[in-house]
Amino acid sequence: MANNITISLDGLTKRFDSFTAVNNISFSLGKGEVLGFLGPNGAGKSTTMKMLTGYLPITQGRASICGYDVVSSPLSAQERIGYLPEGAPLYGDMSSIEFLRFVAEVRGFRGAERNQKVENAVSKLELGSVINKPIETLSKGFKRRVGFAQAILHDPDVLILDEPTDGLDPNQKHQVRSLIMEMAPDKAIVISTHLLEEVSAVCSRAIIISNGNLVFDGTPKDFAKLGPLDEAFRELTSEKSIKKRSNKKRSIKTRPKKENR
Amino acid sequence: MSGIGVISKRELLAYFSTPLAYVFIVIFLALSGSLTFFMGSFFDRGQADLNSFFSFHPWLYLFLIPAVAMRLWAEERKTGTIELLLTLPIADWQVVVGKFLAAWLFIAISLVLTFPLWITVNWLGQPDNGVILASYIGSFIMAGGYLAIGSCLSALTKNQVIAFILSAVVCFLFLMSGVEIVQAFFQPWAPNYILDAVNSLSFLTHFNGIIRGVIDFRDVVYFASIIGVFLYVNAIIINLKKGS
Ligand SMILES: Nc1ncnc2c1ncn2[C@@H]1O[C@H](COP(=O)(O)OP(=O)(O)OP(=O)(O)O)[C@@H](O)[C@H]1O
Ligand SMILES: [Mg+2]
Repeated sequence: MANNITISLDGLTKRFDSFTAVNNISFSLGKGEVLGFLGPNGAGKSTTMKMLTGYLPITQGRASICGYDVVSSPLSAQERIGYLPEGAPLYGDMSSIEFLRFVAEVRGFRGAERNQKVENAVSKLELGSVINKPIETLSKGFKRRVGFAQAILHDPDVLILDEPTDGLDPNQKHQVRSLIMEMAPDKAIVISTHLLEEVSAVCSRAIIISNGNLVFDGTPKDFAKLGPLDEAFRELTSEKSIKKRSNKKRSIKTRPKKENR
Repeated sequence: MSGIGVISKRELLAYFSTPLAYVFIVIFLALSGSLTFFMGSFFDRGQADLNSFFSFHPWLYLFLIPAVAMRLWAEERKTGTIELLLTLPIADWQVVVGKFLAAWLFIAISLVLTFPLWITVNWLGQPDNGVILASYIGSFIMAGGYLAIGSCLSALTKNQVIAFILSAVVCFLFLMSGVEIVQAFFQPWAPNYILDAVNSLSFLTHFNGIIRGVIDFRDVVYFASIIGVFLYVNAIIINLKKGS
């Protein structure tokens, strides 16, 4: 039962001095699920992802990846994660191929195995035409794809993608989404996004956070039932509704318990 | 190749992917050569040795090594690649050591490229090549001390210029604590053990021992501890500064 749980957050909290960026967030995600992680600017999406990937220290609570606690066994957790940080930072002075080889080597692949992993990622992201150009000379879309290639190179169990389609043209958005859906069956995927229609298009589950608090957890269909998407989003994340809910000390959870897991 | 080796390789290639590396090497060769011949009165001394060449190294390093070290962490923090790097399955200390080794190797390459000077003295006379070798090794080890300071302080900021100035200042303090003026300042009032402590903290004191041709175990331990301590602090700073 529990062995299908790949990502688990339990009371995850992050405070910067006195400011609470992420407040007591709990959920778990199994293989085959694609989670759309939503919330207004500054809601705490990236901060949550940074804690999951072992970059930021956790103030309170726990998180684990495939059973490995991200604080006590960070390297085992990181081996199982592919991460695309916000804005897809890359080494601009390297070419895509050099960069992907570097990441593959840090992940422990050598020789033929390394080349095969890199080739695989290059063909999946269709990077062949730009492979020898310095990354800093690439267009935004290609840079994002290089970042994506880096994340999927080792065929990880968990993908954490911070705004993977941000700034891409409609064609490339479509391509990235198909890629995500193609990989979905045997991975647990978290994508943060500001595009509500993206959630209906690729996600099997949606979580909305606002001011660090979880305010919605359910399927995209449940979310759509709340009304037109952006109105529902505005309503859930408005100051008033957060106050109302925090008085009740509860957040909306329409997600049915899955017994079959 | 271990994780450290992978990091070092990337870092070393990064040096040579910008003009900075070549500019550095040219400046290093030009300065060390001209200082030796003109200010060090290489010819007037009438001795076939490289003493004057090596005696300028502590001063040359004061500016050149912070320039090599400044980008190590400041640039990663500025471009955000630090997040990518530190979420890969490699321990922080391995990244710190890997980056340091790359920069150190780069200094080693620059030092090796001063070989024409060595050929010149051997052509002019019969120098004690054992002393010269010891001096090269000593200079390299001392460079490691400067570099560890530079790497550590580069982790404090996103701004390479600030990183450069900070490291130059701290290296200057470590250098100056052995100079006579500073010693003279402590002499009148400080007890002997403070005087000794200040003196023994200096790069100069330890380096001057080495260029006389004796690699004293204590000098090596001194530079090794400087490297160890500053790289350790380097790792701590990176951890503390991750979020900002
Ligand atoms: N290092 C930091 N120090 C102080 N506050 C921070 C730090 N990092 C993030 N914050 C704050 O935490 C909050 C959450 O930021 P976060 O980047 O997680 O938001 P987000 O949901 O990803 O927003 P966006 O949609 O704009 O990317 C913001 O108010 C931000 O200012
Ligand atoms: Mg964000």
